Amino acid sequence: MIAIRHPGPALAALAVALPMIAVLVAVIQGATGADPELWAHLREHVLARVAWNTVVLVVGVVAVALALGTALAWLTAACEFPGRGFFSWALLLPMAMPAYVLAFVAVATLDYAGAVPMTLRAWLGDALWLPPIRSTGGVILVLALAGYPYVYLMARGAFLTHGARALEAAQSLGLGPWRGLFRVAIPLARPWLAAGAALVAMETLADFGAVSVFNYDTFTTAIYKAWFGLFSIETALGLALLLMLLVAAALAVERMARGRARYAAADSGARAGARLALPGARGWIACAVASAVFAVGFLVPLVVIARWAWHVAPLDFDARYASYVLRTLTLAGMAAAACLALALVLGYATRVSQGRVTRAAARIATLGYAVPGAVLAVGVVGALGAIDALWRTVAGGEGLWLQGTVLALLLGYVARFLAVAHGPVQGGFERIRPSLEEAARGLGLTAREVVARLHLPLLGAGMGTALLLVFVDVMKEMPITLMTRPFGWDTLAVRVFEMTAEGEWERAALPALVIVLAGLLPVALLTWRMERAARAA
Amino acid sequence: MTLSMSRAFLLAVTLVLTLAAAFAAHAAGQPLVVYTARKYQLVDQLFQEYGRERGIEVKFVTDDGAPLIARLAAEGRNSPADLLITVDAGDLWRATEAGLLQPVKSPMLEAAIPAHLRDPQGHWFGLAVRARTIAYSTARVKPAELSTYAALGDPRWKGRLCLRSGKHAYNQSLVAMMIGDIGEEAAERVVRSWIANLAAEPFSSDTLMLKAVAAGQCDVAITNSYYLGRLQAEDPAFPVQIFWADQGGRGTHVNVSGGGVTKHAKNRAEAIRFLEWLASPEIQQRFAAVNYEFPANAGVPPLPTVAAWGSFEPNLVNVGTIGRTQPAAVKLMDRAGWR
Repeated sequence: MIAIRHPGPALAALAVALPMIAVLVAVIQGATGADPELWAHLREHVLARVAWNTVVLVVGVVAVALALGTALAWLTAACEFPGRGFFSWALLLPMAMPAYVLAFVAVATLDYAGAVPMTLRAWLGDALWLPPIRSTGGVILVLALAGYPYVYLMARGAFLTHGARALEAAQSLGLGPWRGLFRVAIPLARPWLAAGAALVAMETLADFGAVSVFNYDTFTTAIYKAWFGLFSIETALGLALLLMLLVAAALAVERMARGRARYAAADSGARAGARLALPGARGWIACAVASAVFAVGFLVPLVVIARWAWHVAPLDFDARYASYVLRTLTLAGMAAAACLALALVLGYATRVSQGRVTRAAARIATLGYAVPGAVLAVGVVGALGAIDALWRTVAGGEGLWLQGTVLALLLGYVARFLAVAHGPVQGGFERIRPSLEEAARGLGLTAREVVARLHLPLLGAGMGTALLLVFVDVMKEMPITLMTRPFGWDTLAVRVFEMTAEGEWERAALPALVIVLAGLLPVALLTWRMERAARAA
Repeated sequence: MTLSMSRAFLLAVTLVLTLAAAFAAHAAGQPLVVYTARKYQLVDQLFQEYGRERGIEVKFVTDDGAPLIARLAAEGRNSPADLLITVDAGDLWRATEAGLLQPVKSPMLEAAIPAHLRDPQGHWFGLAVRARTIAYSTARVKPAELSTYAALGDPRWKGRLCLRSGKHAYNQSLVAMMIGDIGEEAAERVVRSWIANLAAEPFSSDTLMLKAVAAGQCDVAITNSYYLGRLQAEDPAFPVQIFWADQGGRGTHVNVSGGGVTKHAKNRAEAIRFLEWLASPEIQQRFAAVNYEFPANAGVPPLPTVAAWGSFEPNLVNVGTIGRTQPAAVKLMDRAGWR
């Protein structure tokens, strides 16, 4: 470790955290106006139930997503089975499918009045009982299918770099391949699995679209209800603050459980090594599992929305869509680049400085992902208003300065999605052995040269993952885009919102389909790079 | 080299021309800026048409009512918005309470829009009426079995009633109206009796709920009539019909999609003129028709397919009072377990 005592890293980390700090201040300020009488009502009739629901949901979704993501990543990274090459990238595709779209497809086709139960009842009689899709199990399944790619992506990166080594080590200890997975490979991959699980957990906490389709009450729906129904934005912000505290506490517990263990790769020049061949039936079982996840999480929903889109396309598809696509890709690209750059600064700052300020700044900067987008949007709008007011006092003049500009929108995205870029970048930093840095410094490289010639090349995969995750997340993002976009900056997600706002889900299929298709581009690009890197290694 | 340079030149010229054209289009007059919760496909054509008629640009952004109100509040006196349009009277009431709308005196609007569908001080005016009433399965229910909202709590409907989520404004405003009419205790008894009769967990949308009625999961439901209008437009044989609730009593619950001029409107005169244009008979017909709603202007008939549901007596309580009671309604629904 290069120890730096001057305040540079702490200041840099604080600067990165600024958007989120501004948002937090606006949220806290708003929350102070919360209505005590409403709080009493919420405590008595609402909080216990939504807290329990939320815990059940997060635990369920994280467990299923972890199991799916880890198992599939292990299969495609360390095993050989029919179709492996295809599945190694295809299993990422559900990431392009917004959770709210998956939720609606599930409910529209599998609920009592949906096509599947209607057909089954027509064949087998009206008395046929089917498990209700609008249930706790249903919503967990949908969110886990939407979320497992986060785990898959992170776990695959870890298995690709030291999966084979782990297996070799396990074999030398006399463990078979499966025990090797559980006893060696998974424990070694723990920081990356934890980072993936944390992203899934935060995404689940903040989800409003999917749980609304299921009418499943969580902390987030309670926040919305306080705002939209009880007309108390202050109480909504108070609830959001409580949620953020709980998340911060949960993350702290995870860090403590992980303890001071370090996870630098045993050999940073690790090779992918030979994959474990799954012969005969075992190979086909692996193929069947991967096919099932791919079909349920991506292919079938895609076919369903493509069919709906086909019906509405004549009414809706015109030149505007070119502008929707262009603006969506522009915003997603800019936000991904900004988040990556800031995540690198943050990752580097926390690596060279273990100071309390730096670490606190890093935690605050990445809190935004756990907050429901709409609440964060309120904080963003409040913070922008305050900045504009400040600007008017300093520079004089009238009107809006930052509000209603693309920069305002980007600030909102950074506050919300920095965590998504931070996860993989941080994971990448943790995999670089400190001894490498010491050696580089010993050879006379300056700090800047260490970054340019050691860190950045070794962070390649993590940076690609960060870019992809933010890009796809921004494409799907609704509340911040809706609330802070400049005139004319309508995106595909805005179009989805406009179509669904009056319950016309089928009509939203067209923009949703375009989101999925446009999202395939970065996914394909990244997987291609990952494969190439793995082959080159 | 020369080729790429001439290309760059061409590109630059095109860019400049496009920009100039854009400026020319904007230069005609001060634009009218609208924040609207009524969605793009329901307003875009009319907005553009008004802009062409007046030679100005009509700029708008869409979002839900509550975020638009929060955006207005944060922008304060520097907000570019001239007009706020919502799809719920509660939101208009809330915006008025927050001091974000200004009173407007317009004899035209006062004559066109019935008193219970607008703010007495002119902060906002209803522009389209949505009625929330009973929908029933034509296969399993006779209209003679139906009467009032409260009667849906009768044990005969046990396991036969479907409701949309209690988190939705349309249900909250219905309960708010009941609180105003019969008091909080009686309203809570009614809501509890409904919950006891549910055939399925509350639905996330009226459309899904109406499809469940058609499929036989339940026999009766409470819905905004226009949702059925859309389903009937897709399938004229859709086996669900409208029953007007509480006729002969207090009347069917109505809410409005409406608009008001913002407190700090830069283009106040144009905003008022635009509201008057929207309230004029010809435009009223189209404003309501795109969504199978009822025109707020009492002299304008709805679409023939909408008129086919029969005429009804609306509850005449001012739709703005709903906003005041809505928080009480939400708390009541929490207590009664309306998810």
